[in-house]
Amino acid sequence: MNLEGLEMIAVLVVLVLFIKVLEQFGLFEPVSLEDSVEDEFELSTVCHRPEGLEQLQEQTKFSRKELQVLYRGFKNECPTGLVNEENFKQIYSQFFPQGDSGMYAAFLFNAFDTDHDGSISFEDFVAGLSVILRGTIDDRLSWAFNLYDLNKDGCITKEEMLDIMKSIYDMMGKYTYPAMREEAPREHVENFFQKMDRNKDGVVTIEEFIESCQKDENIMRSMQLFDNVI
Amino acid sequence: MAAGVAAWLPFARAAAIGWMPVANCPMPLAPTEKNKRQDELIILNVSGRRFQTWRTTLERYPDTLLGSTEKEFFFNEDTKEYFFDRDPEVFRCILNFYRTGKLHYPRYECISAYDEELAFYGILPEIIGDCCYEEYKDRKRENAERLMDDNDSENNQEGSMPSLNLRQTMWRAFENPHTSTLALVFYYVTGFFIAVSVITNVVETVPCGTVPGNKELPCGERYAVAFFCLDTACVMIFTVEYLMRLFAAPSRYRFMRSVMSIIDVVAIMPYYIGLVMTNNEDVSGAFVTLRVFRVFRIFKFSRHSQGLRILGYTLKSCASELGFLLFSLTMAIIIFATVMFYAEKGSSASKFTSIPASFWYTIVTMTTLGYGDMVPKTIAGKIFGSICSLSGVLVIALPVPVIVSNFSRIYHQNQRADKRRAQKKARLARIRVAKTGSSSAYLHSKRNGLLNAALELTGSSDDEQHISKSTSLIESQHHHLLHCLEKTTNHEFIDEQLFEQNCMDNSMQNYPSTRSPSLSSNNGGSTSCCSRRNKTTTHLPNSKVPATRLQSMQELSTIHIQCSEQPSLTTSRSSLNMKSDDGLRPNCKTSHLTTAIISIPTPPALTPEGESRPPPSSPHPTMNISTTCSNVVKVSAL
Repeated sequence: MNLEGLEMIAVLVVLVLFIKVLEQFGLFEPVSLEDSVEDEFELSTVCHRPEGLEQLQEQTKFSRKELQVLYRGFKNECPTGLVNEENFKQIYSQFFPQGDSGMYAAFLFNAFDTDHDGSISFEDFVAGLSVILRGTIDDRLSWAFNLYDLNKDGCITKEEMLDIMKSIYDMMGKYTYPAMREEAPREHVENFFQKMDRNKDGVVTIEEFIESCQKDENIMRSMQLFDNVI
Repeated sequence: MAAGVAAWLPFARAAAIGWMPVANCPMPLAPTEKNKRQDELIILNVSGRRFQTWRTTLERYPDTLLGSTEKEFFFNEDTKEYFFDRDPEVFRCILNFYRTGKLHYPRYECISAYDEELAFYGILPEIIGDCCYEEYKDRKRENAERLMDDNDSENNQEGSMPSLNLRQTMWRAFENPHTSTLALVFYYVTGFFIAVSVITNVVETVPCGTVPGNKELPCGERYAVAFFCLDTACVMIFTVEYLMRLFAAPSRYRFMRSVMSIIDVVAIMPYYIGLVMTNNEDVSGAFVTLRVFRVFRIFKFSRHSQGLRILGYTLKSCASELGFLLFSLTMAIIIFATVMFYAEKGSSASKFTSIPASFWYTIVTMTTLGYGDMVPKTIAGKIFGSICSLSGVLVIALPVPVIVSNFSRIYHQNQRADKRRAQKKARLARIRVAKTGSSSAYLHSKRNGLLNAALELTGSSDDEQHISKSTSLIESQHHHLLHCLEKTTNHEFIDEQLFEQNCMDNSMQNYPSTRSPSLSSNNGGSTSCCSRRNKTTTHLPNSKVPATRLQSMQELSTIHIQCSEQPSLTTSRSSLNMKSDDGLRPNCKTSHLTTAIISIPTPPALTPEGESRPPPSSPHPTMNISTTCSNVVKVSAL
């Protein structure tokens, strides 16, 4: 039995080698599995060209020169004209070497990507920046609300706020003074809800948000910081 | 932070809007730009090729030349551009660094030129991107090796130490046999005896003739005494050599740990152990085994052969590849041996009695030796046997090219080193000619200047013009500088032959006075500038200097100063100058001392090799030293 078994194995091995040799000569095409590699390749070579300068000037509140500077920077980092989430996270993480900015970058990506097609084009980019840097205070506040509202249902729940808060605290990293405690985000969220939630129903709607922010001097003052960024 | 991402900083600041509503305390004030300039194009003119870029691109790296205010030094007001008189090819890479944040190293560029450019523009080479970093580091390492080689051989040639004691001389003689005849003789003698010893070992075992009783005797037993004497002689020589090396080694502990010394010890130990143990019958078997170690004497040849050393070095550097080869072979052997054993288990009278027994078959098959003492008989055995031999060829062929390429690289490096050493003499000779050319230019112009002065006094102007035109503005400024130096120190420059002559003359006449050659002796001879001038006219070559005591004292001090002032004479190849002048300085001192005591028939050679003379202590040894000095000079002037 041993001998026969071994002989069978030997014959099998010889057959397998034979088949491989035939494959090499192209006489024997085995069934090819899906070639997923080519698909990915295709996506990255798609090039996106933004609309003309004049149209962008109309749509946003930036001047011609500012748009030129912005586009040059944008195109430098993303030669294809489109930013996908990976790229976005990578670019953003270069500004925060100490902590992990991945989560917050993901939220930002969702906020910028208004048409939810998985990538940010220059128009999306510039539209978002226009609101933040050149919009009215109310515009800015509503953009921030949009950022916090993860599922875009018009109200911020405690869980959503907790996610946002955790992502912000993650950007700080491990080495902080005083040392980062586990409950710090949660406490901060409680604080936030106390301030913002007027009717104490556990969610913050956009009206409550804008109203409470307008009453807070600190927030108002910090909103004005964005006037001089570009 | 990468440069390209700096353009996204406004975006990152804008994204901070998400933090504002949740913050409990007020935000700090934002920094304001003092003068918010609109971005402008800067023109960078590098040797005629114009590059243009935005000002903000350059300002991404504020600690480099182009990013800081240092570039204002290069601003050309007339053309409103920054002009750099540097290589435009390398500048391309540097500007790309500002644009993309990645510094690349072009392969065609010379590594030292590239390094210089990087240093000029204030960029650290460590920023070179991953794609080019390996190449850069490799080239840099090769360059460093070459420089070290150069330095080493220069040091060896010039011998920075003026006086070596016995130990150091011996060590040098052992390490570089070419430094003295004695060392060369020793080298060849030891080589001869190594060969004799190895041949003796071999011939000992050859059967030579029969003894009554029909027994074939090996030569070793027939001529036992003769072989024993030969062996003793060789071991004596090796022992003496080893002890001398041990004595001369600068670090005895390190020497004893080195491979060559271990080989030496292993080569001579069996003899001594044999001497001690001849009486004891029990361990004579072990003694016979020990005689095997005598064959290690052949490794002593590696001191004599560079090729052997290269081979050994190659094997050492390919240790990982060899290790991999060994490991993969072992794996394959075990696998195939097991399979063959079980395949052949059933066949009758099979030689494959156990798996270790199959090892032998596997090894012989995989290395395609195929002795044929063990062959499989079953079909399965034959199939697996053939697979075994096919895979053996592959497994062995894989790491071999790596080892070969390593060997080739090291061999070519050595060849290059040898070639450089051979060319070095010619190169140094040419450089020396150039140096003496420039220094004699100064002396020549000085004489012309004197003639000028003489002509001025006599009032003829035609010749004056003719002579003064022969030097360019830069040369005349240089000469003026040297002249000022002469005036400052109240000494003058003269050339080599005069200096030699002066040394010799002073040796004849001034034995006691030269005991303390010092600058202070100069003060005794007060000179005015005019009298200096007069004396210069007598310092023409081939003229014998009249030896008055005062004059020669001054000349001695002159000579002394002249040696130390040599560096300012020459303008080319400064580093080489420094080296040879350092060699020159101690030479002056020793030539003072030695020439003062004995009159050498041949002038002391001023080549840098000549200063390996120990300071003389008494007349008798100095005679010896003088002969060895002349010996030294002769050998090194190969």
